[in-house]
Amino acid sequence: MLQVSIYRYNPETDNEPYMQDVQVDTGGKDLMVLDVMELIKSTDTTFAYRRSCREGVCGSDGVNMNGVNGLACITPLSETVKGSKLVLRPLPGLPVVRDLVVDMSMFYAQYEKVQPYLQNNTPPPAIERLQSLEEREKLDGLYECILCACCSTACPSFWWNPDRFIGPSGLLQAYRFLADTRDTATEERLARLDDPFSVFRCHGIMNCVNVCPKGLNPTKAIGHIRNMLLSRAT
Amino acid sequence: MVTAVTNLGRSGLYDWLMQRVTAVILLAYFLYVGCVLLGGVDYPAWKELHAQTWMRVFSLLALLSLGAHAWVGLWAIFTDYLTERLMGTTGNVLRLAAQAVCALIMFTYIVWGIQILWGY
Repeated sequence: MLQVSIYRYNPETDNEPYMQDVQVDTGGKDLMVLDVMELIKSTDTTFAYRRSCREGVCGSDGVNMNGVNGLACITPLSETVKGSKLVLRPLPGLPVVRDLVVDMSMFYAQYEKVQPYLQNNTPPPAIERLQSLEEREKLDGLYECILCACCSTACPSFWWNPDRFIGPSGLLQAYRFLADTRDTATEERLARLDDPFSVFRCHGIMNCVNVCPKGLNPTKAIGHIRNMLLSRAT
Repeated sequence: MVTAVTNLGRSGLYDWLMQRVTAVILLAYFLYVGCVLLGGVDYPAWKELHAQTWMRVFSLLALLSLGAHAWVGLWAIFTDYLTERLMGTTGNVLRLAAQAVCALIMFTYIVWGIQILWGY
């Protein structure tokens, strides 16, 4: 039997959040954390969380498992449970809507700020804007982000200034378009980032790299943005 | 673009670069002073070292670097933990007060440091 402690909060009935202990029979199998959550939900339908694809593609089920953010659907118990207890909490730093469901508005507002779409006002060629293999390779490790928010909600700078610091996820996306040779708004993009909060609240502690379920490296992307700002200004 | 008026240089890049440059200056200064002290030094030799113009310039540079470095670092800490988000308008009052105290202390140290460097 696996002992699971889950964060419960229903603003309509609870005055404050509390931890609920549940025993789950895993049948001795190394289940994914999402499977355990589904087992709990099969006996307690009031337990709320987000999920969709169950294979690490959609980024819906980002939760905090035994203190570490990750996607419940691709995290096996053997990876997160040390001893015999699993503690499930919502992603830290964001307002809780209910149980493990968080309000991602602040996270999306920062994503919107970096204008995450290709900008190029030159007349489009007949077929498509071509890139060389080398130019395309620059986007590897950037475009794969699924916006699960595991990284930004693991970042203390984002906890303290979610309204002013763009956060690792948004900055990874910012660099994805700064590095794109087809995008012509580089100057405007950089000008919007050169304040003391948007980029420079990153102190390089690399929590984001530690938790990213897709194995991406936002700290490295932030370093590239910093270098671009530096070469532009010196 | 987030606006801020109390940081050192208005731009995030300026503050970031300043903190790194001042850190290198402070490292060089303390390594040098540490080597002198480890090499064994008596009062006349110490006084003679600090009587030379280049050493006074080096010390003043280190002192100004310390002021700038501390301002950038403490500004980041104050704007992390003493904010309206965390404690309402009290946060703004506390933050401005903390920044004012910090500025006063650094200004005093710099003026006092110049007095010591050129006054003895």
